[in-house]
Formats: sequence, structure tokens, C-alpha cells
Amino acid sequence: MLKFAAALGVCAVLAHPAFAAAPAAPTVNKGDTAWMMTSTVLVLMMILPGLALFYGGLTRAKNMLSTMTQIGAVACLAMLIWVMWGYTMAFGDGGNDFISGFGKAFLAGITPDSTAATFTTGVAIPEYVFICFQMTFAAITIALVLGSVVERMKFSAVMVFAAVWLTIVYFPIAHMVWASGGLFFKMGALDFAGGTVVHINAGVSALVASLILGKRIGYPTERIVPHSLTLTGVGTGLLWVGWFGFNAGSALEANGSAGLAMINTFVATASAGLFWMLAERVNGHKGSALGFCSGIIAGLVAVTPAAGNSGPFGAIVLGAVASVICFYAVSVLKPKLGYDDALDAFGIHGIGGMIGAVGTAIVYAPSLGGPGKPDFAIGGQIVTQLAAVATTIVWAAIGTVIATYAAKALTGLRVAPEVEREGLDLGEHGERAYNY
Amino acid sequence: MKLVIAIIKPFKLDEVREALTEAGVAGMTVTEVKGFGRQKGQTEIYRGAEYSTNMVPKLKIEVVCAADLAPKVVEAIQASANTGAIGDGKIFVLDVGQAVRIRTGETDETAL
Repeated sequence: MLKFAAALGVCAVLAHPAFAAAPAAPTVNKGDTAWMMTSTVLVLMMILPGLALFYGGLTRAKNMLSTMTQIGAVACLAMLIWVMWGYTMAFGDGGNDFISGFGKAFLAGITPDSTAATFTTGVAIPEYVFICFQMTFAAITIALVLGSVVERMKFSAVMVFAAVWLTIVYFPIAHMVWASGGLFFKMGALDFAGGTVVHINAGVSALVASLILGKRIGYPTERIVPHSLTLTGVGTGLLWVGWFGFNAGSALEANGSAGLAMINTFVATASAGLFWMLAERVNGHKGSALGFCSGIIAGLVAVTPAAGNSGPFGAIVLGAVASVICFYAVSVLKPKLGYDDALDAFGIHGIGGMIGAVGTAIVYAPSLGGPGKPDFAIGGQIVTQLAAVATTIVWAAIGTVIATYAAKALTGLRVAPEVEREGLDLGEHGERAYNY
Repeated sequence: MKLVIAIIKPFKLDEVREALTEAGVAGMTVTEVKGFGRQKGQTEIYRGAEYSTNMVPKLKIEVVCAADLAPKVVEAIQASANTGAIGDGKIFVLDVGQAVRIRTGETDETAL
């Protein structure tokens, strides 16, 4: 996101919130502020109810509440950790390539008059708004990771995992990508709204966590099917609407760049929703509702890094390509490799994020309708993107191993087989989703 | 008296009910059931994962009637539940020893 500033030739120092107040006091525009506050609550809508219903509908009826509760609870935990040590680690007052230091721990020194810079010189938004906006990203990313481990992980293990994972995986990667002193930012990696930070990070972590946790009882021989595609459909719609806050909000202002991110979030997603169904048809199946929903999510994921970094037609192609590749990832690759990524967090967020991150280097080119400068070179940018993606994969994988084993040491990680058979709703929370 | 049990396709219920009323049947019991015959089952596909379900949802209708009415009841169900496609269902006819209306204590055919 902040990388966009460098691409426009805006001084990177100004893009860093820590330095925002230093030069002649920047103006806070009420329109920008209103849009950023709106975007922030739109992203919150993606978590509860969006992701909770999307994921919940995909689980079995006996695990519906468990899935929703895990998502809501880790989001709450992320919000509290964010104001304690998350914000300062990602966007604090200096630091190195990997973290920003602890000078703003517990939001030290921040007042209603503090500002955070945007991508335009002299334009700022209130720092509290920036903190809240970024807070929702941390909250949804840890919630996304849970998609691979639902239906078998203890609630206590989920909470321990979330606290450790956010600290050692999410905050450093958010810093690396978005803060002006971050490693990927300095490399020149493009990531408009978090393709690397949110989706590749969450997807890879999901895969690693599910491998450590093991398969659900009965997978893949028993019939484990979504209990309510209706709710998954509702969740899909809420995610798509919320994603406008995610993507168009990442412009940090209510301007043309936000408008570009907005149109791309429409058309890339539309293209991806249809192309998943087309891929099903080509493979001899019927175009399915779940396929439609999956395509929508794949398109949203793929357009995230490209939202303000692509022209609308580049976004359409990106959505279509990501959708088809994600279809093969979940329907061919997953059964072949045999891992139990329960709700396809890796197959859609991980794979879709990687396609989006690498594809951004292509669709950014002005010759393809992107917003890059005339001298933009696709080849070099692809190398930069691949380096950022590869580093994220390694970082997320190692961090997830540590976080998962920490959770295992403290809680035992996995529920007892009887609880798993009976369902985590009753076993972990003492209630059921549906009483007929 | 006879007990006529029919397994039918769920969407055929209204037609069967009309046909039975016309044939002079006063009451019936309907249950949602699952099973399989020659139709075997259906295939569902979720994100590329195939699941074949070997049980198909059906309705079971139970009608008790006077013995001489039974052929007419069977004929009415056979005609109204028929689509010509596989999975239309089956009809069984059993003997009934006794019938009692709980409210009045009436027995056998007057209790139907």
C-alpha cells in the first residue's frame, strides 16, 4: 500500500506515519477521514459477519458455532494486541527492516491531533483512524488462517496460536511491506492492499498449521460437506462489499486511486466468479453455487495487491487467471497431496495471493493499461515480487511452526476424538447452532 | 382391512393425495424417509470433491382401508405417483388385524 507512494515519486519519509507530523503541519481533510472511517468498518463487516458466515457455512452443522466463535474471538484478541504492541511493531517510530520498534507501545504519545501521512504530500488522516484501519487488517488475517484448522483445533489453542502468530509473523511482515523502513518496501515490491501481508501470509500459515495439526477424523473417506451453502453465499456477499473498504480504503484518501481500486474490485471479482464456474463446466461438472462463491473470493484475493496497481482490463484478466488456477489447486492439487486444508484457506488465499502478487508486476505496466510510469520494466518487477513472495512464504512457514508448537505445548492443540466426533460446538462451547 | 404402504417421490404428494381422496380414502400418514432401490443415489460435488450419496429422500404414505377398496387405492397411487422415470417408488399391501379410534372406541372399518 505505502509502496504506491514510492511509485508515484512521493517522498517515502512522508508516507511514514511516524514522520508525518514533522514537516509543516499536514492538512486533515474531512472527506478523506470520513472515507477511511467508512472503509475501516467495512473491513470489520468482512470479519463478523462476513468471514464467520462464509467459513461457518462451509463446516458441518456441529461445528458452526465453533467456527464463528473462533473467528470473532481471534479478531477481538488481534484488536487488543494491536493497540498494545502490534501497531508499534508494524508502524512505530523507526526500527529496522523487520520491525518498527516499541516507541508507540500502548499507543504512547498518540492524541486526537496526531496524524498519519497519506500518499499525497501535505495530506494526512488522523492517526487514530489509521491505527483502526490497519487494526482490522491484522484481525481479518489471523481469522483467515483458521480456515484450514477448523473442526478439530481446541479453542484455547486457537487463542494461544493467534497471539504468538500475530506477534512473530503478521506484525513483522506488515512492517516489511507497508512501512517505509520495511524490507519489501525498500526492495520496491508492489502490494496495494495486502496480497502479500494478508493472503499469502494467511494461506501459507494455514497450510503449515493444518499439516502440523493433522487431518480431521474421517477425511477424506467420510462425507464431510458444507452444512449451509446459503450462509456461505451470504458471507460471500458481505466479504465482497467489505472488500471495497479493504482495497479502495488502502488508497488512504478518497481520490482517483481509490476509484481505480474500486472499479478493479468490481470487475476482477466479476470475472473470477464466472471463470470458476466455467472451469467446472470445462471439467465436466455443473456450474455450482460454491464454485461461484469460491471464484468471487479468489478474484478478490488476486486483485488485492493489484487494486490500485492495475487498469480495469488487467484486473479482469488477473481475476480470471487466478480463479482458474485456484480451481485446480483445490480440486486437483489438494486431493493429490492429501493435506486437509478444511476450508481451502491455502488453495484460495495462498495460491490466489501468489498469482495476484506476481500478476501485479504485469498489469502494473502502462502498456497494459496499468498506472506504472512509462519506463516501468515488467521483468525486473516480477523478480522483486517473487523475492517478496518467497521471503513471505519462508517467514510465515517458520513463524507458524513456532506458533503452532507453542499452542501445542500450552494447550495440547487438538480436541479429543470424542469431542471431534460430537462436534466442537458442544464439546468446546457447550451449545449448538441449531435446535430443531 | 388392508394397509397400503407406498414409497413415492416427494413432489408427487399433492397429486397422490388428490387421487386418494377421490378414491374415497378418509385419512393417511406421511413420513419423510430415505432409501435406495434401483436408482442407487446421487452425486454431489463440492469444490471438486465428489460425494455419492446412496440414500435418496422419499415420502412414505400409509393408508388403511377396507379390503375391497384396496385395489382402487393401489391403482390411484400407481397412476398419480407415476412419472415414468427411475425412482418412482413402490407400493406394498398388508393385512390389518384390528383398528380402533382412540376418541370413541369405535373399531375396525367404522374407525377408519
